[in-house]
Amino acid sequence: MADALLTRGTAPRASVRAPRSREAKTRLTGIIVLHVVIIVGAIVMFFPFLWTIITSITPGASLTNTPALIPENPSLGAYQRLFAERPFGQVILNSLLLAIITTAVQLITSSTAAYAFSRLPFRGQTAVFGVYLATMMIPLQVLIVPLFVELKTFGLLDTYLGALLPTFASAFGIFLLRQAINQVPRELDEAATIDGAGHFRIFTSIILPNIRPALATLVVFAFMGSWNSFLWPLVVLRSPELQTLPIALAGLQGQYTSQWDVIMAGSVVSVLPMLALYVFAQKYVIQGVASSGIK
Amino acid sequence: MSTSIAQTALVDKDPQVMTSAPIRVSRPVRSSRAKSRYAFTVLAFLLPSAIPLLLFVLGPMVAAAWVSLHKWNLLAPMQWVGLGNYAKLLSDPITGDVFLHTVYYIAGYLPLVYFGGLALALALNTALKGRSLLRGIYFLPVVTSWIVVALVWRWLLSPSNGIINTALAAVGIQGPGWWTDPHWAMPAIIFASSWKDLGFVMVILLAGLQAIPTDLYDAAKVDGAGWWRRLFSVTLPLLSPSTFFVIVISLINGFQVFDQVYAMTGGGPNGASEVVVQQIYDLTFRYGRAGEASALSWMLFAVVLAVTVIQIRGQRRWVTYG
Repeated sequence: MADALLTRGTAPRASVRAPRSREAKTRLTGIIVLHVVIIVGAIVMFFPFLWTIITSITPGASLTNTPALIPENPSLGAYQRLFAERPFGQVILNSLLLAIITTAVQLITSSTAAYAFSRLPFRGQTAVFGVYLATMMIPLQVLIVPLFVELKTFGLLDTYLGALLPTFASAFGIFLLRQAINQVPRELDEAATIDGAGHFRIFTSIILPNIRPALATLVVFAFMGSWNSFLWPLVVLRSPELQTLPIALAGLQGQYTSQWDVIMAGSVVSVLPMLALYVFAQKYVIQGVASSGIK
Repeated sequence: MSTSIAQTALVDKDPQVMTSAPIRVSRPVRSSRAKSRYAFTVLAFLLPSAIPLLLFVLGPMVAAAWVSLHKWNLLAPMQWVGLGNYAKLLSDPITGDVFLHTVYYIAGYLPLVYFGGLALALALNTALKGRSLLRGIYFLPVVTSWIVVALVWRWLLSPSNGIINTALAAVGIQGPGWWTDPHWAMPAIIFASSWKDLGFVMVILLAGLQAIPTDLYDAAKVDGAGWWRRLFSVTLPLLSPSTFFVIVISLINGFQVFDQVYAMTGGGPNGASEVVVQQIYDLTFRYGRAGEASALSWMLFAVVLAVTVIQIRGQRRWVTYG
């Protein structure tokens, strides 16, 4: 892969910019150095994943049996065992379900709140927004005990609703979308108002279509937050059949201490959906951050 | 589109609200009926987020303050101790240690991710072939769960047979014990964290770079400014809002560092990498000292809030808004 990148990256450039003067020469050196650094960096970044994949297809890989860079007898046995010996399929479905619900609800709660903060002036708005933002500064761990007691009172321990409820509103998401809505020209709302549209109509037909990149960014971050969340599900979900991926993975480590191929197979499986989502949303993410005015 | 808007507008019978609400100038709303309708609209948009935030963030936060004034092992009834937990924490040397470890983590992590992310963003903002693939590779660790990253890094940094120590041994260097060595546990966590978050910082800074108008660079070039000069006189000043955002978020997250510590070292060896939130977790779930844990939580929140407020106050000195 590195070779492919090198040829794709440097060759055309080098031929286009033939070194004519000293300046062009330093320029060319600069470009080559840049490419080498970036590609070496990318290899360093990717190496742990490559190593994960290699370990997952090396049967019997363990700390004392370090896998070779090119496995001699590659096998998907670890993946089979992962799904055969543990309810791993169920665990993935659980995580997917929680992530999809969290993302969908956060899209609604964040966009409506963002609209209120951007387009519906009311007394005390700045103060309320300040309180919303302050909730970003509280680590979840701080809230664990009171939340635990609260959900125990409601009888929601060991239920999905209990795992989900605290994730329903996200100050980060509201902040992100508010910045995006602020960038939508107010003339659009005013034109719609003249046409007789109410706030709900303006929100759904003017604002939402105009902040798609920011919404896509929120989808990635909300899904990622839920998919990877560890501490809260660990505390709330006790039954094995309700387990989510990060907890199951952490559990694998204890159970299969010597069987790194199985552990790494689990890791590969857990990264794939996020990777797919990112590839799908990539072009929106940078655009979304850029247009949010966070810059 | 306008016809469909007009159709739904039929449902919206009150003409006053429609004209008065979205345009700031036309407030205050005149009739009291329109006023209550407007209030209803605001609530309708705000409540879906306000209810969960109140019930599951602000409520528990106030409850934590209440718990922090008690002695409580999660099972027996709470016992009022006033500010006793705070006094106990302040006199306990472990409290200083966990804050020091957290600051050590931030001091190592923040420069690494910021300068690394900046270099990457600058490099990947040029017309590089295959740059979206490269951006994807650098972003991959960001979307990966800490549990997975910690597993992989524990494996890579394994003292006896890990690939990193094997590679070091090949060039004649005796690798350290990493997460098993009190001196190297925190650096191991810092390396892994920086590796994981580099892509996030890169994306924020890239977005900032793309918002800088190119004609500024053209003007600087015409004035004979070289690459470094353009970096210091154009790029960095105009990138300062992004830098500010990265620093604020990284500090908030840095003080809350937990997942990687929990998964990589569990705070060990011998508490060498025990950070504040890990201590909160241990106090609560290992030692059943929930009152002290809540007090420590509030101390942490106060520190984070103070640090954030200081940054927001100080931003005028160095942050240039376009």
